[in-house]
Amino acid sequence: MKAYLLYRDRDADLQAPLPALADTAARDLELPTILDAMSQGDPFLREVAQRTLLTGLTSVDAVEYRQQILQDCLAQPSIVREVYRLATDALLGEKRVWRFYRPSPEMILSRGLEVLGLFVRHLHSLREVAASARGKLRSPGLTRFFSVLEAELSDDFFESADRHLAQLRFPDGILMSASLGEGLAGDRYVLRTSSQAKRGWAHRLLDRWRPSNSFEIGERDESGHRNLAELRDRGVNLVANAVAQSNDHVVSFFELVRAELGFYVGCLNLHEQLTRIGSPTCVPEVRSPAELQLRVRGLYEPCLALRLGQRTVSNDLSADGKRLVFVCGANQGGKSTFLRSVGLVHLMLQAGMFVPAESCTASLSRGVYTHFKREEDATMTHGKLEEELGRMHQIVAHIPPEGLLLCNESLSSTNEREGSEIARQILRALGEDRVRIVFVTFLYDLVHGFAQSPVDPSVLLLNAERLPDGRRTYRMVEGAPLPTSYGEDLYRKIFGAGGEAAAPEAPGGHPPGGPNVPAEGPTVPTSR
Amino acid sequence: MRPTSLLYPAGTDPSAPDAPSGAPVLHDLNLDQVFSTIKVGREEYELDPYFATPLRDVDSVRYRQEVARDLDRQDLREALAEFARTIRTVRKRLAQVEKLGYRYQQASWFLDAVDQYGGAVTRVVERLAAAQPGSRGVRSLLEQLSSYLGSAPFRSRADEAQQLKAGLAEVVYTLRLKGRRITVREFSETPDYSVQVLSTFQQFQRGASKDYRVKFDRVASMNHVEAEILELVANLFPELFRQLREFPGRHADFLDPTIRRLEREVQFYLAYREFLEKLRAAGLPFCYPEVTATSWEVFARATYDLGLAHKLTEDRSEVVTNDFQLEGPERIFVVSGPNQGGKTTFARTVGQLHYLARLGLPVPGEAARLHLCDEIFTHFEREERIENLRGKLQDELVRLHEILGRVTDRSLVIINESFTTTTLDDALFLGREILNQIIRSRALGVYVTFIDELSALGPATVSMVSTVAPDDPSRRTFKVVRRPADGKAYAIAIARKYGLTYEDIRGRSRP
Repeated sequence: MKAYLLYRDRDADLQAPLPALADTAARDLELPTILDAMSQGDPFLREVAQRTLLTGLTSVDAVEYRQQILQDCLAQPSIVREVYRLATDALLGEKRVWRFYRPSPEMILSRGLEVLGLFVRHLHSLREVAASARGKLRSPGLTRFFSVLEAELSDDFFESADRHLAQLRFPDGILMSASLGEGLAGDRYVLRTSSQAKRGWAHRLLDRWRPSNSFEIGERDESGHRNLAELRDRGVNLVANAVAQSNDHVVSFFELVRAELGFYVGCLNLHEQLTRIGSPTCVPEVRSPAELQLRVRGLYEPCLALRLGQRTVSNDLSADGKRLVFVCGANQGGKSTFLRSVGLVHLMLQAGMFVPAESCTASLSRGVYTHFKREEDATMTHGKLEEELGRMHQIVAHIPPEGLLLCNESLSSTNEREGSEIARQILRALGEDRVRIVFVTFLYDLVHGFAQSPVDPSVLLLNAERLPDGRRTYRMVEGAPLPTSYGEDLYRKIFGAGGEAAAPEAPGGHPPGGPNVPAEGPTVPTSR
Repeated sequence: MRPTSLLYPAGTDPSAPDAPSGAPVLHDLNLDQVFSTIKVGREEYELDPYFATPLRDVDSVRYRQEVARDLDRQDLREALAEFARTIRTVRKRLAQVEKLGYRYQQASWFLDAVDQYGGAVTRVVERLAAAQPGSRGVRSLLEQLSSYLGSAPFRSRADEAQQLKAGLAEVVYTLRLKGRRITVREFSETPDYSVQVLSTFQQFQRGASKDYRVKFDRVASMNHVEAEILELVANLFPELFRQLREFPGRHADFLDPTIRRLEREVQFYLAYREFLEKLRAAGLPFCYPEVTATSWEVFARATYDLGLAHKLTEDRSEVVTNDFQLEGPERIFVVSGPNQGGKTTFARTVGQLHYLARLGLPVPGEAARLHLCDEIFTHFEREERIENLRGKLQDELVRLHEILGRVTDRSLVIINESFTTTTLDDALFLGREILNQIIRSRALGVYVTFIDELSALGPATVSMVSTVAPDDPSRRTFKVVRRPADGKAYAIAIARKYGLTYEDIRGRSRP
């Protein structure tokens, strides 16, 4: 029995390796927050959600197949949740059936029968849900899934299953020496031939009068009865094996249903939470990678919204035909947040999900790659620049044409002039490879080169908006970047007007607006 | 016994080390990694407080250096290591006793523990006495252990334990299982029956399959049936088992608390020493630094980053050593120069040396004089986290402000590559402000920067420059030398090394 709920023509593969560098993108884009919301504490849902989000689809048809199922799920959440609950219950029930640490065949059989009974009950319920869903669903995926369920879980199937369950319950029916080992536990057991025959009647009689030398094992004393059980165990070994294997087959079916449906349950969970905090979502219009479209209205960063529990600042982005987007401007202006929101939109879109925006028309990418600034490399053999170039090298080796690369302050671990030069070479080469790039950067030397007219029509320049009074709006506006990012403002705010921690011999306060040059220090040349 | 400590001179309180502090500093200096490696296999001793609690006076530092020197001697080191190992086994046994459910089993485990304990004390006193330790710590330890060993209770307990053990080893008995009944009798010799049984059931065997044969744990898992059997065996040997029964009650608190603490304390030295051993084997020097609280003229010769050296020696790579020295008014190393030249490593090394010196341990290098700092402050870049909505630069400035508010002229401040999240103009401005504040505080400092201009702010600063191989700009030498900043970086050469120039990327082969 197939589910075909994630792909039109194949099962989800939970063992398949994730695309190269997907874990990096997940981390950089704060995907765990999305996964938390999707999984609601269910580690399995989390795994499914993560895999599905990181294994993006690359054809419009495949995405639309999922989008249709998702629309059904959003319209009929209770049906989908019920089937997921049944699969989960069955699997959980199986896990709860006592499992001996070291089972004997008899125990394996006994357990196997109990599990099989449990599974048959759940399969009954599943058929009832399938029958009740008839006529309520529109998507080809879910419609087919439920009709397959009804056909396969026939009356004949249940009849023969019950027959097996009944039959397998079989309704019709030493002398050794030991010494004391470690901790005085019996040790060096040697089975001895009974010497009973050699002992005279007088000894036997004597034994009977020495009850303190013997004891009886209680009726329910399992360890004491283990030896007796051994023969029975040999008898049921093969059939126990068959029952156990049958159970394994049913488990794999429930696991498949749970995995494939789990993704949609995750979507429902996330949808409910975003709706609760008033954050809009939409099922996007998907375009092929070659069309190079990206038009989003009301785009926001869902992790931040989830974390704050409220609707957050949104941006409109109109980047049709743009291959390279620079995002510059004020510190704390929301650039990283914006960059993550762009990345998340693409990941979610490619998984067949809704996206965090009011409306969205976008081309699929052939994979989302991230190059975000990192903490000092903990393995120490690389300096910071080498560390980030090493990561860039990995990306360059893997990113396909029409992939999406998100850079957050890449090449900032060397000085501005050199960082800009390296960046120029990478951007030019990847651009010619039809890789799309969104680049948050302070490398003004780099950006100014692209800002000079005539501006390349495939390049978009965005700035984090900063009002004249210094406040940030967290909105990205089009335009060429300004040369400073206001570090001096912050310095004065934190270190006080004089900019000093405490020092009597400090030179006087710094006039606002320009770098202060200490009396004893050299004059500092500017960067350009 | 009156308490003695291998970690603190008499008069200081060894039982209450300061609350662990400075975790971010340990992380920044990569000492957290070093200490984690050092602690491997010794988790139960909870050495963290020792490594996280620096000493505050020069005499305490010397006290530990003496003990560490004693433990450099193989005879003393092995004597104490073996002693600690045995005491550990004894403790494990005693802990196990608590968990056992049956009286004879408990008594026998207890008996084994006492026996081992007696042997361990006897042996360590013999070995320490023969070795003649030089440190105040180990001498005082030997003195105490000797008088303990000679005491009457200790002697009689050990004798009694040995006799009991010998008696129990000789016990043999016969078991009969019939229906649900089990009978215990005196042993009488009859043939091994399992051989006959096996041959009888051979015919049922059906090739290879999943093995369902049950295996039994022999250790500490006595079930009630075995316990009942043991009670019946005891009836066969009443006098022997009476002695056994009474033994634990008469020797309940035999494990001396001082010995337990010594077992833990000696781990501090042994763990560090084992770590050093690997580096020594690779030819790397260690020395006992001269530690001073009154001079700022620090130096180290042929020193290196402990964590990096550990990793490199494991990879069988060469470790580059560096020298540093401050004289007269000099207080701050301003480290600039090409990337990948070992700037960060140099900064860490200076920090590590001063930290390790405060623990009373030998430090990497041929020779060193170090200042006993009141505090080490580090500011290394942190990874951005969404929880922190303040923004990176603000976060960085807030942390620097906190540090600079606490620095004294006896502190060491290490700042690594700050302000790279902002523009060059901003970084220049901010770097100069911060560095000038450190200069005014008169603290020791290491300031790593991209900005050459910061390396000559006055007589307190010493310019150190990382270097690369002249014939191959992308090859690092890791040498950091004292010379004016030369303003050359080699970024493009490094980019080429990673195949990231335009030509490299266009010409690459696709996956």
